[in-house]
Amino acid sequence: MSSATSYEFLDKVISATPDGEKIRKCLQCGTCSGICPYGFAMDYPPRSLIAALRADDFHGVLESDTIWLCVSCFACASVCPAKIPLTRGLLATLKTEMLIGGSIPQELQVALGNSRRYGNALGESPKKRAEWARDFTVPVPILSAHKEPVEVLWFVGDYASYHPRAQQVSRALAKLLFVLDVHFGILGPEENSDGDTQAFTGEWGLFELLARKNTQAMGKYRFTEIVTGDPHAYNAFRHEYPRLGFDRPVKHHTQYLAEHSERIRALLQNRGSRRVTYHDPCYLGRANDNNIYEEPRQLLRAIPGLELVEMSHNRAQSICCGGGGGGMWLDGYSWEKAHTRTSEWRVKEAVAVGADVLAVACPYETPRFEDAVKSTGNEGKLAVKDVAELLVESMFG
Amino acid sequence: MDIVVLIKFVPDLVEDLEIDASTGLLDRSFLRLMPNELDEHALEQAVILKERHGGRVTVLALDTGDVDEALFTAVAKGADRVIKITGDGFDQGLGSRRIATILRRALSDVRFDLILTGTQAVDDLDGFVGAFLAADLGLPYVGYVTQVAAADGRVVVRKEYPGGLNAEIEVSGPAVLGIQAAERAPRYVVTSKVMEAMKSAKIEEFAVDEVSVENEFAISSMALPESGTHAEMIEGTVPQIAQRLAALLKERGILA
Repeated sequence: MSSATSYEFLDKVISATPDGEKIRKCLQCGTCSGICPYGFAMDYPPRSLIAALRADDFHGVLESDTIWLCVSCFACASVCPAKIPLTRGLLATLKTEMLIGGSIPQELQVALGNSRRYGNALGESPKKRAEWARDFTVPVPILSAHKEPVEVLWFVGDYASYHPRAQQVSRALAKLLFVLDVHFGILGPEENSDGDTQAFTGEWGLFELLARKNTQAMGKYRFTEIVTGDPHAYNAFRHEYPRLGFDRPVKHHTQYLAEHSERIRALLQNRGSRRVTYHDPCYLGRANDNNIYEEPRQLLRAIPGLELVEMSHNRAQSICCGGGGGGMWLDGYSWEKAHTRTSEWRVKEAVAVGADVLAVACPYETPRFEDAVKSTGNEGKLAVKDVAELLVESMFG
Repeated sequence: MDIVVLIKFVPDLVEDLEIDASTGLLDRSFLRLMPNELDEHALEQAVILKERHGGRVTVLALDTGDVDEALFTAVAKGADRVIKITGDGFDQGLGSRRIATILRRALSDVRFDLILTGTQAVDDLDGFVGAFLAADLGLPYVGYVTQVAAADGRVVVRKEYPGGLNAEIEVSGPAVLGIQAAERAPRYVVTSKVMEAMKSAKIEEFAVDEVSVENEFAISSMALPESGTHAEMIEGTVPQIAQRLAALLKERGILA
């Protein structure tokens, strides 16, 4: 265990984080702990954590492991009246201390080990990263075999490459890029995890390793912009990679598609009426004020026959699916500590507004919410679909 | 207590294995190699013993796969000295007899009280390296070890037998132990610590010339397992599925 004092730790938070010194301004209002989805189950939700550090009880803080309930959803940071970078600064830095001290749930250790060895958290073969696109009905060019410059470098991401459910979303997006006649390519086996979620588990060294590999791979090809379906990759390219000298424009697929909404609209058909509610992914919305709220909604509203309804928690107030900050790899741990899943709360909200479809825009969400639909007994009542899938269904039936 | 840990690189099963039709052996040209899992347990147990009793941990590995990364990772976990054994033909995969002979040479100037290695490796599953090495060095060998306790100059190990039987065995003097499982899962070290080790630690190299080995096994051919008949997926309502399952169990003589 670390022998550092609270003050040394606070110095680390301050030096490692832009605006880190704002932590000194905490008035102990407790808004952060109140909004934290897992605050009720944590020994030290953000306010108590700051209080403990001020009382120089770092030892007590390190004795508890409930920081691993933090899903890095930015809810606390977004409501803090003093704008303290709680998620990126205080909480991620504490996770780093836990990692150094060896206090890591086994399931997280596996995901981090996989990320370091294979470049993806799922522990899949790097060679098979583009298997989802093999023999698909539309061509998905791999840049190493395609020497021409492209408009769009599509950064697919770990889950969208390997997870069977998220792969379906990748295929839908491939179809959309094809019908829009976009010149695009993917990195295929040269792509590594974007590293964002690993960073928010406190493994910044691993993040840098992955970021350097991606930066190097992208440096080999000519492209105008990056498009990704993964909000975590989007966040990393916009806010974390630039520290390492990376400077390329990036868009989330909902932003990119919204720019082409006129052409998309012409292809959409009414396939029957559906009541759809949209879940704002943390890393498209409130994280780092990314504020991509309207583009996905604009795309959904363009679908004839689709009625868009809002859940009580929407936009900046959205509730995390539970996958961020390492939550994707801590399901057993989180269940053991909290006996609840935020994905289930979200599904219940969607059912409560009478939605037939829960629309999403992050590869963590399709599998998480589909599981939650089953575990809450709502199978058959609520479908979970990425915005890209809903567009494809409207175009092609 | 000074401990030597032996790490072997084995095929990473995340990639598909293929048999080279011309040789009848594993096609090693595109293999991905990784440290054998039980050797990682041996390293973990060694570091635990060092934390408990002091001493030095020395790690040896043949120059294959990402050996440098594995050795620097070992330093980040707590190893004091790391030795890479260089030589020809290691990537072709060596038999246990040959590996033991090479290791014995490399250990000629290394002081130790215990040698820990995984009790077997996933590539050949023969579990012979530790035993051969012990025989060559004239030391006792205990395999399938799940606990190592040291006190007052004595080492007591727990050996696991099939059927849930365990034995406590006292080992005197230097010995070779085949580790089946460390006391706890191998630790994760943060990447920054591995990077630090890459900057500060030095990998020693020990070159081994041609090794002649008598009575070595030779693999005549290998084959991928043939898949059997496919599983039957039982469809229907829960009572229908239960009925079918019960009928199947009766049919197979499992239920009366």
